[in-house]
Amino acid sequence: MEDVRLKEGLKACMNCGVCTAVCPAAAFYNYDPRQMISIVQTRDDEAIEALLKSDTIWYCGECMSCRPRCPRGNTPGYVIQALRTLSQKLGFFVESEKGRQQLAIKRTIGDNILRTGYCLTPKAIRPDMHPEQGTVWKWILDNDKEIFGQFSDSYGKEGAGALRKVSDATLEEIHRIFDITGGTEFFNAIESHSDRKAREMGYNGADEEYFRDVYTHNSNEHY
Amino acid sequence: MKRSSWTDYQKDIADDNYYYARSCIRQNFFPGSEKAFLNILSKDLGRNIFDDPLHTSCTGIGYHSDIVPLPTIMTVVARQFSLMAEAGYENFTSSCITSFGIYTELLNTWEEFPELEEQTREALYKATGREFAKPKNLAHTSDVIFHHREEIARKAKHRLVNAHTGEPLRVVEHIGCHYAKIFPKSGIGGSEFPYVLAGMVEEWGGEVVDYPERRHCCGFGFRNYLVQANRGYSIANSHKKLESMSPYRPDFIVTNCPGCSMFLDKWQYTIAEMEGTTYGQNGCGIPVLTYEEMAGLVLGYDPWELGMQMHQVDVEPLLGKMGIEYDPSAKYLGRNGKYIGCPESAIVNSRAKETLYKIKR
Repeated sequence: MEDVRLKEGLKACMNCGVCTAVCPAAAFYNYDPRQMISIVQTRDDEAIEALLKSDTIWYCGECMSCRPRCPRGNTPGYVIQALRTLSQKLGFFVESEKGRQQLAIKRTIGDNILRTGYCLTPKAIRPDMHPEQGTVWKWILDNDKEIFGQFSDSYGKEGAGALRKVSDATLEEIHRIFDITGGTEFFNAIESHSDRKAREMGYNGADEEYFRDVYTHNSNEHY
Repeated sequence: MKRSSWTDYQKDIADDNYYYARSCIRQNFFPGSEKAFLNILSKDLGRNIFDDPLHTSCTGIGYHSDIVPLPTIMTVVARQFSLMAEAGYENFTSSCITSFGIYTELLNTWEEFPELEEQTREALYKATGREFAKPKNLAHTSDVIFHHREEIARKAKHRLVNAHTGEPLRVVEHIGCHYAKIFPKSGIGGSEFPYVLAGMVEEWGGEVVDYPERRHCCGFGFRNYLVQANRGYSIANSHKKLESMSPYRPDFIVTNCPGCSMFLDKWQYTIAEMEGTTYGQNGCGIPVLTYEEMAGLVLGYDPWELGMQMHQVDVEPLLGKMGIEYDPSAKYLGRNGKYIGCPESAIVNSRAKETLYKIKR
């Protein structure tokens, strides 16, 4: 696997478990970064393939709390990033419940980047998808021009300021960057592997129903 | 652990002439903070800062939720650096902790693997015809406020002191994981001895609360919040921090990262609605401030001009403690001074808005 994050993230782990002790994902899920690193270190292709198809690699929150605490200078979070990249390139991510969620992230954050130039915009944070955003956020969305307009002269318009519209020329540059660096191909791989899996699971492809299900379904078997 | 341990983790912070990169999360949830930062720098401190309409998201949320590949984000970041150089600047300051972590990581990656910098240069040129120069100085916007904290103290209209008792306000600070956990030497005080916010709090008269889960993540966890099915992870980790800080009775929380501000605010609402639990005094939530809002209040900015009406947890109890004069009924006015209605009440809020604001209807 040629990924600098693997080179930087894993030298020689002595399995002390400090990463697991400080890991917010380990506190919440049945997840143990020490064990994940141990499997990668074996270089056992079969075991690594099983890892790439499992929920295990999708629990990490990439907070990188493991990085400054490791006495050997390893970064399990970097290793997770490398494994997740490989799992999506090979199409293995669709074999696990948590892995299949990559489609939901691509269709929300990913599509938003290409459409607006930002990872998120107010209208994308819909109360039905984000009930935890509360009553004040709903009030803000209901009065968006009145409220955002107090802090930006360019809300939804071109020019400097918060939540300005990113110009078509700039978006074109971003699209070209995605095309040339493999970002577009990566998005397409997430879509096509998801579509294949969705059909296998009895959906009419990776449609709105499949998106909704991967976005909301929790089997509660992760703890 | 020595109280001065933070001094081992220092960094150079440019004094003037900044290229400003906005944050996806901060401009959505705290646009008043970004406006205040620019005003504080240019009007209160007389520094030069450039708000460039040409930059985009760094795509960092996509990178850390693993849909944006490394070569792609490297090239998007290179484009930001290209814009900085084109505008005639060398000091890059980012309004976002996720972005700051990414800029730091990529500059280090290019140092360690020069072939990746070369590939990025080629990709950027091929995609956009641009070339780029790396910044001479990289700082998070809180670093910049930290750098100017003494000058801000000299201009202070209010201090972080209880105006009624004269006691310092008790402040929980949260620097956010990606500020210093990725490259501890890039943050004031590193990840173990957080001082970027603590330095502001102490300079402006407050007292920092040291509590057991001070360094624990706020719970964002990228995909663990972005996907609805995973949000238990996010709220559980915020819950862990709130439970840990609550016995110390903080007057407010101040955060470095816009995501952390939003989560610690919104998850208090959710916990209160789900379980009836509130963590602040008098049955309310603990107000959560950005450092721009904290600096703005110290400098005498109006709380609603700072955008504090956009918080779920009411900030009025804190304003009262600080002895700040403000117009309570102006909280829900639109851009032309017209009443626009108010949000529905929630358990975490300090008072029934229906009563307080009926007069404006």
